[in-house]
Amino acid sequence: MKLTATKLSALFIGAAMALSACATASPQATTASSLTKLGKSEGKLSLLGWPGYAEDGSNDPKVDWVTPFEKATGCQVTFKSYGTSDEALNLFKTGNYDAIAASGDATLRLIASGAVQPLNTSLIPSYKGVYSFLKNRAWNTVDGKTYGVPHGYGANLLMYKKDVVKPAPTSWSVVFDGSSAYKGHVTAYDSPIYIADAAVYLMAHKPALGIKNPYALDDKQLQAAVDLLKSQRANVGEYWSDYLKEISAFESGDSVVGTTWQVIVNSMSAKANVGSVLPSEGATGWSDSWMVASNTKHVNCAYQWLDYIDSPKANAAATEYFGEAPVTADACQYGSAGFCDSYHAGDAKYAAKIWYWTTPIAKCLDGRTDVQCTDYSAWTTAWQEIKG
Amino acid sequence: MTDSMVRARSAVRASFAHRVSSTLFKRAKLRLSLLLAAPLLWLVLIYVFALLALLVTAFWTVDSFTSQVKMEWSFNNLQTVFTNSLYRTVTLRTVGIAILVTVVDLVLAFPISFFMAKIAGKRLRGMLVIAILMPLWASYLVKAYAWRAVLSHDGLLQWLLAPIGVETPGYGLTAVILTQAYLWLPYVILPIFTGLEKVQNSLLEASSDLGARNLVTIRRVVLPLLVPSIVAASIFSFSLTLGDYITVNIVGGASQMLGNLVYTNVGAANNLPMAAAVALIPIVLMFGYLTAVRRTGALESL
Repeated sequence: MKLTATKLSALFIGAAMALSACATASPQATTASSLTKLGKSEGKLSLLGWPGYAEDGSNDPKVDWVTPFEKATGCQVTFKSYGTSDEALNLFKTGNYDAIAASGDATLRLIASGAVQPLNTSLIPSYKGVYSFLKNRAWNTVDGKTYGVPHGYGANLLMYKKDVVKPAPTSWSVVFDGSSAYKGHVTAYDSPIYIADAAVYLMAHKPALGIKNPYALDDKQLQAAVDLLKSQRANVGEYWSDYLKEISAFESGDSVVGTTWQVIVNSMSAKANVGSVLPSEGATGWSDSWMVASNTKHVNCAYQWLDYIDSPKANAAATEYFGEAPVTADACQYGSAGFCDSYHAGDAKYAAKIWYWTTPIAKCLDGRTDVQCTDYSAWTTAWQEIKG
Repeated sequence: MTDSMVRARSAVRASFAHRVSSTLFKRAKLRLSLLLAAPLLWLVLIYVFALLALLVTAFWTVDSFTSQVKMEWSFNNLQTVFTNSLYRTVTLRTVGIAILVTVVDLVLAFPISFFMAKIAGKRLRGMLVIAILMPLWASYLVKAYAWRAVLSHDGLLQWLLAPIGVETPGYGLTAVILTQAYLWLPYVILPIFTGLEKVQNSLLEASSDLGARNLVTIRRVVLPLLVPSIVAASIFSFSLTLGDYITVNIVGGASQMLGNLVYTNVGAANNLPMAAAVALIPIVLMFGYLTAVRRTGALESL
């Protein structure tokens, strides 16, 4: 038999399709009901989280809050870290993980796809000590069911070089309407979720747009945010997503004003002479939650981990290492001096000014039913256009 | 086992091996296909197959909320890529950068290669080859971050240029071109150097005997002979620049190239079909370039 070129290529394309079909098909998760009673430890636990969320001393012998957990519970922990919320979703879908620490821009997608199970918080004693303003929020609770317990939280702050940016800013306007004063030296976070930062600014300065929640934008509101970001783009020196890149840019003076995290402010040298502020308009931020996989075989170990990570000593170690506020006031006595103050832990007034990262979805998160909101994929397209 | 049985067995074995070798000897085509089967299978599976999978993926869509790839045929992705002004702008920018990087590299590489091939002694030439290959041993990332430090506003370049009243270009497209040109320079020097080595000195002498000045000799004798090497070098620098997204992330300031669009579509948007559609742009461009080059016959003499 002789294969012609057309037949051969048809064969290849067919095979290629079959191969990609295998790669993309994934099992449908079932909705599980929550656990009623804790059983015996299964001896194993596989975790997925942001880098630095479960340290066992292998990166730094002094940093270890996993080993005490393993000794106390007999659950042997394996930990895998991820770089972006989207990577986390893909990894978690493989079904190899019992629990995940996810930010609000991933949690809702995990819940909606049935990948995580509702929790029985009465089986997690240390949950009682968690700040009440972190409980029952849109990113960890759906239809009255709690799906995640908090790990830590923080705000995206405004950082500036004190010797260049005068007077000290108190508003985001210095990176938006007034950004031309620092043309070429403004920096911003390189992610579609940064659109929410513009929305927070517009909420305060353009009330006519009627934005109630920076993650619930209809077409007109998104367009206004995009226009604002496009005008900002002309003055942006560079965008950052790697926090070491932002540190180097502020140290050298290539960036003088822009968004930052508390941990970056803490890592800056005295020579860089930077200040930071939570501007008057409020800010975006993150509040990460530990969630349990719906198909886990190690549910008892997972529950014990959730309890452990919210217990004061472990929570202090984990959140101080990462650079965010702990979720319980009792953690403050275990951190180093000034730890809770520097992250404004438990300051409900400070926390109220934070709009925590949430996945924008078509069903408006602010409760509007008369319009469709723009979803994350629309935000991604918009973000690419903003950068141009 | 008796001696005779052993002998008989080895005779059978020998005759089998003999038959195989004589069959292979007679059938040249069979011999060739057996020889090529393994590498061809590798090439087809890893390379052709992956490209086809990419092509096919570009026609699928993604469920925006669960980020699952849906296997429904649609031309939406390709339509977006071809009609959306964003993709046009970024494609033009990327091609522009690739062309400029190639030009800068060629201009830098020619005198260096000429010196190495025609002027330097054997010892010096060896040392220069090592010096040019040396940067390839260092990580690409390290070199890109080094340029980030050099181009910074309190960096080396600023310090060097300030006395003559020039400022560092800072982070941006100029920085991308400088860094890429530096990164790919060895890949451009080597083919041109090899090409120049093949140009016989007698030709240069003949040219000057006939009264041509040096520049005329280079323009009318050396460069025409060097066309295949220049094309080979340009393929390296052009295609390497076309697909890059890390350098522009490190020194590019706020700008983005085609690679960044692929990266955000995979990393942030989780939209593999769209990423596949964008990835087709550089493939089509390179395909066009290679076809054009093939027409000139430069590929045969590589």
